[in-house]
Amino acid sequence: MAVIRDVIPAFELFQPASIEDAQSLLARYGPEGWVLAGGLDTFDWLADRIKRPTAVVDLGQIKGLSGVRVVDGGLEIGAMTTLTEVVQHPVVREKYRLLAEAAEAAASPQIRNQGTIGGNVSQDARCWYYRAGWPCYRAGGNICYADTPKGLNREHAILDADRCVAVNPSDTAPALIALDAKMVIRTPKEERVVDAEDYFIGPATDITRMTVLQPGDLLTAIRIPSTWAGAQFYFEKVRDRNVWDFALVNVASATKVSGSAIGDVRLVVNGVAAHPVRLKAVEAAVTGKPRNEATAELAGQLAVQGAQPLQHNGYKVPLMTNLVKRAIRGVAGEAA
Amino acid sequence: MADHELEDPGTSTPVKLSRRDVIKGVIAAGAASSASYLFRGSTASAQASAPGAVERLITLDVNGQQRRVDVMKQETLAMTLRYKLGLTGTKLGCDRAECGACTVLIDDVPRYSCSIFTHTVRDKKIVTIEGLAGANGKLHPVQQGVLDEQGFQCGFCTSGFLMAAVGFLKTNPNPTRAELAHGVSGNLCRCMDYDKILTALMRGAEYMRKA
Ligand SMILES: Cc1cc2nc3c(=O)[nH]c(=O)nc-3n(C[C@H](O)[C@H](O)[C@H](O)COP(=O)(O)OP(=O)(O)OC[C@H]3O[C@@H](n4cnc5c(N)ncnc54)[C@H](O)[C@@H]3O)c2cc1C
Ligand code: FES
Ligand code: FES
Repeated sequence: MAVIRDVIPAFELFQPASIEDAQSLLARYGPEGWVLAGGLDTFDWLADRIKRPTAVVDLGQIKGLSGVRVVDGGLEIGAMTTLTEVVQHPVVREKYRLLAEAAEAAASPQIRNQGTIGGNVSQDARCWYYRAGWPCYRAGGNICYADTPKGLNREHAILDADRCVAVNPSDTAPALIALDAKMVIRTPKEERVVDAEDYFIGPATDITRMTVLQPGDLLTAIRIPSTWAGAQFYFEKVRDRNVWDFALVNVASATKVSGSAIGDVRLVVNGVAAHPVRLKAVEAAVTGKPRNEATAELAGQLAVQGAQPLQHNGYKVPLMTNLVKRAIRGVAGEAA
Repeated sequence: MADHELEDPGTSTPVKLSRRDVIKGVIAAGAASSASYLFRGSTASAQASAPGAVERLITLDVNGQQRRVDVMKQETLAMTLRYKLGLTGTKLGCDRAECGACTVLIDDVPRYSCSIFTHTVRDKKIVTIEGLAGANGKLHPVQQGVLDEQGFQCGFCTSGFLMAAVGFLKTNPNPTRAELAHGVSGNLCRCMDYDKILTALMRGAEYMRKA
């Protein structure tokens, strides 16, 4: 929707220097407050006047929220670290290449130079109707415009839909889940650490949110344990254009082989549901099996069981099947 | 906001201007259609007591100059550059991070100025297309490459491409053609001879290495 709508309506801008100050501002403004990281998910909302916060709280001046640190053999990535910094970090490239590949596949160079990893995993759904301000379920209404006979739903969900059929748009999310990352959340009361897998929620849990973050909560860091360091990785994203476009479907996997068999594996797909989908049944089915065509075939079939395509997104079923097969075969993107 | 304290780019002298003077000035500068940006003041009241409250009158480091400017909280950098500072070489194509026409360097890194709140780059070094050439008017090597190869057609996307390329080349001085293409993949050209654009930017990269 490339409509230039003049200037963004006025809001009060705050640039607090600490997490505590940021949270006291968010508490003061409640639903009228908005957290700003790189802003690349934020700008459309504000420019289109769909979201009209009274106060924008910029996390950019808070020290210690940005940068990649090596801790306990793993990594701690500050929420305000840009996608480019993640892509370029030598330890990410060497041991957790899956994440570098996923981050590099997002958006465009300029967006990666500014968009943060915390924002990338916390970004909102990209459903046309929702983003254009239609009063759908996700916006607090009682209808889904995409899931209608004439709705534009080519990009939408094939799994786990519940009234809303929007998908999670993040490229880094499936890679982080495959790497068993932990999300460090600061609530107004305490620090809480949540598995990446549980950070993302679907409409059945809360139809208006994409993550477990409650208003006032901040994501401060993402920890990557050493568990999957140097494993064999596979990431692939299928999209219409190679730049800017969100994934139609993407897949991320981490595999440890023992002999010629799959010893241990984590397999995650995004772009198919409102949250990234970890394919636990597939993981269990292929563990111990040889890494060959028959196993890939089994995985691909199992992955899409229960898929319910909409009018225009039936192609996502074979697409997901094929991406899962490739991830199991591990053709490209092997640990370099 | 009846008065604007603007710095005259020519003299570097802060001048007090009335609203009428600013309108006249803007019209004279050929940006009449955009003048409304200047006067849509923030209605939200300042919260000077709150932690992290922001002052509207700020100093930006643009092309090596310190520019005093009155910036609304919701103002984008593209708006400040074009409509407050008169740096209209930065173009607005989509105004939503999808074309690259507005690319500038922030601390040497290419970013979309349409999608940056000006206040968030207060403490950073901003370089626009106007800042690429040397003080003596000598073109930047990448500009010279584009000139020699006649890389562009209508030219609307040129400044964005140049800033993206210069930023990319600062960290990747010796790219292959494919690497440079990836480096400037966040920029669109409506006239669409990407091949020619790449040839020109590769020439620029070569000049930059020799310089
Ligand atoms: C044209 C375009 C194309 C894109 N294509 C892709 C793509 O292909 N793949 C992809 O993965 N992404 C894509 N994106 C999204 C982009 O990568 C993300 O928007 C960006 O990474 C989000 O980060 P940000 O810091 O800019 O977000 P912001 O807009 O600052 O934040 C995003 C959301 O998260 C919240 N938030 C941010 N940080 C925190 C925090 N620390 N704690 C709590 N809440 C927080 C904000 O309140 C906001 O709601 C695209 C964006 C655009 C504009
Ligand atoms: S105008 Fe900024 S990217 Fe198009
Ligand atoms: S030369 Fe015309 S838009 Fe690029």
